[in-house]
Amino acid sequence: MKAEDKPLIIAAGFTLVILLIGTGYTLSTQGTAPLLQPTYLLQQLQIGSFLGICAAGLMLVILTGHIDLSIPATLTGAAMIGTAIGGPWAIPAALAFGLVVGLINGAGTAVLRVPSMIFTLGMDTVLRGVTVAQTGGFAPQDQATPLMLALAKDRFLGIPLALYVWAAVSIVIAFLLARTAFGRSLYAIGTRERAAYLSGIRTRPVIIGAFVASSLCAALAGVLLAGYSAKAYQGMGNAYLLPAIAAVVLGGTNVLGGSGRYIGTLIGVILIVLLNSVLSIMQMPEALRQIIYGVVIVVMLLIYGRGARETG
Amino acid sequence: MGRWVAQNRGFAGALVLFATLLLIYNLLHPRGFSSAVLVQNANESVAIAFVAMAQTVPVLMRGLDLSVGAVMTLSACVASYLLTGSGLEISFGILAVLATGTAFGLMNGLIVVYGRLQPIIATLATGAIAIGLALLLRPQPGGDVDGDLSWALTNTVWDFADTYSIADGGEAWWIRPFADIPVPLILLVGVAILVWLPFKRTVTGRTIYAIGSAEGAAYVSGLPINRAKLAAFTLAGFFSACAGLYLALQTSTGNADTVQAGAYTLNSIAAVVLGGTALAGGIGGAIASVVGALILRLISFYFRILDIEPLLQPLIEGLVLLLAVSAGAWRTFSVKNRLELFR
Repeated sequence: MKAEDKPLIIAAGFTLVILLIGTGYTLSTQGTAPLLQPTYLLQQLQIGSFLGICAAGLMLVILTGHIDLSIPATLTGAAMIGTAIGGPWAIPAALAFGLVVGLINGAGTAVLRVPSMIFTLGMDTVLRGVTVAQTGGFAPQDQATPLMLALAKDRFLGIPLALYVWAAVSIVIAFLLARTAFGRSLYAIGTRERAAYLSGIRTRPVIIGAFVASSLCAALAGVLLAGYSAKAYQGMGNAYLLPAIAAVVLGGTNVLGGSGRYIGTLIGVILIVLLNSVLSIMQMPEALRQIIYGVVIVVMLLIYGRGARETG
Repeated sequence: MGRWVAQNRGFAGALVLFATLLLIYNLLHPRGFSSAVLVQNANESVAIAFVAMAQTVPVLMRGLDLSVGAVMTLSACVASYLLTGSGLEISFGILAVLATGTAFGLMNGLIVVYGRLQPIIATLATGAIAIGLALLLRPQPGGDVDGDLSWALTNTVWDFADTYSIADGGEAWWIRPFADIPVPLILLVGVAILVWLPFKRTVTGRTIYAIGSAEGAAYVSGLPINRAKLAAFTLAGFFSACAGLYLALQTSTGNADTVQAGAYTLNSIAAVVLGGTALAGGIGGAIASVVGALILRLISFYFRILDIEPLLQPLIEGLVLLLAVSAGAWRTFSVKNRLELFR
């Protein structure tokens, strides 16, 4: 077993443990095992695809050693623009919004060299401010377009279309990371930006590219989520930032950048989605849910996410 | 003086910005330069100022504590049970609240030091735990806070003396010069002077700065790295508890508000940066972050006197933050050797 496979195997094992605990619980209380039924699992994954797409884009940013805190407002903004424009241009407009946000984030971080933590935080506040000023703080009346509704809710061959979108995003990201110079540059920058720069990598465009990917993914998730709930509303993206960071890190990606594999992020997302659904089946109160959430992250990282000891 | 400014450019800039904003604010305010305005402003600023102090300590050693807002919320919920009864009970309650936050900070430190987890992700998780505990304590907002204490600590020194009938009810000659100063400001300055300044001068405190500058160098110099990291997170917990304690006194309730906790955490980072502390560690201090927090709050006070539509407030706050952090970044264009940009 290679060292970098350890997080994947432990996270996958823990996902199975969650499934077993949940199934044990439902068997003992209701005598059924909904968690093992494909339809239920598919439905959970359909809801999880929004998180999965956010996490996929965020992973590229985290690999470079940066972070994107503007995901919630980007997601919300894209959803609102999509529903407001409507018609065939709804989705392109939403994605264009994501592109612009990503370019600004990337420029602030890579060119101005403001720490990404604070620049994307400011960006999130600004975007939220724009949506609040535009909508008056209420949910806009616009409805999602038929295409958005279809993407989020319809099924093809019994599998939700949202899962196909997630799969397509996953394939693109996994290909980028494993097979392209861009992907390798991300790892190099995350390991040591200075060395990457000296070895001829044009670090600025690469970092900007990572932020663009993150914002595009957030915008896509916003489009799907707007389709899923048939409209856009304030704060719809708030529930996606912290779980996305947790999913990426639980999947074995170093939060300081430089290492991590996409399959890990995928497992991390599935772990969090299943944990959430088991906790809701158990009708766990919000308080205990938060505590369990925190304990799970700490314990899992204590098992495999420990850093090296400082030895000078 | 000139040397101090050169060494503390960020802090000096923040001080000038703060003084300017405060002066213009009071000139524009119909009842500017009055004690009532100062009391109100102080009351609304103290909690975020404490949280900003809390955030500073881990940031100085290149860490980040994403649980400060949650620990503040947890402390406030604990306080909403304990700040009532006889004087002795209240005193014990205050100690218990401070102990809660401090213990939580120590736990963060233990996880970071001995678990060797990245602070940002470890505190993200423990923040969820703190919010969970707060929700267990206060599923619904509520609580019982001693009215006298709440009034005395959120008004002027005169009101404090008047409430507890000390110094002739605030009329004694020796208290007159201080009578119009808000108690919350005294608490804030007191904690900063009695806790932060002495701590900064200890070996442990200096080690925090050293870790932020170059952890490897600090290690090979034989500095107590583990002790400093533990102390940094513990101190962050203590300052967060101060914020929670004050929040409970100010609102007389405990409220396990997840959104508020998140907003305080994010604003604390903004305050730290505005105050001139480097997120890369090693430069800055808790006092600077207090100034940063006060700037953040002052900006929002302007909305009230300028009659800016409330809907535009988040937008303007965000733009100010972005402009402030980008303004310091223009040096990147004048750097001759681009290698200097990478650490």
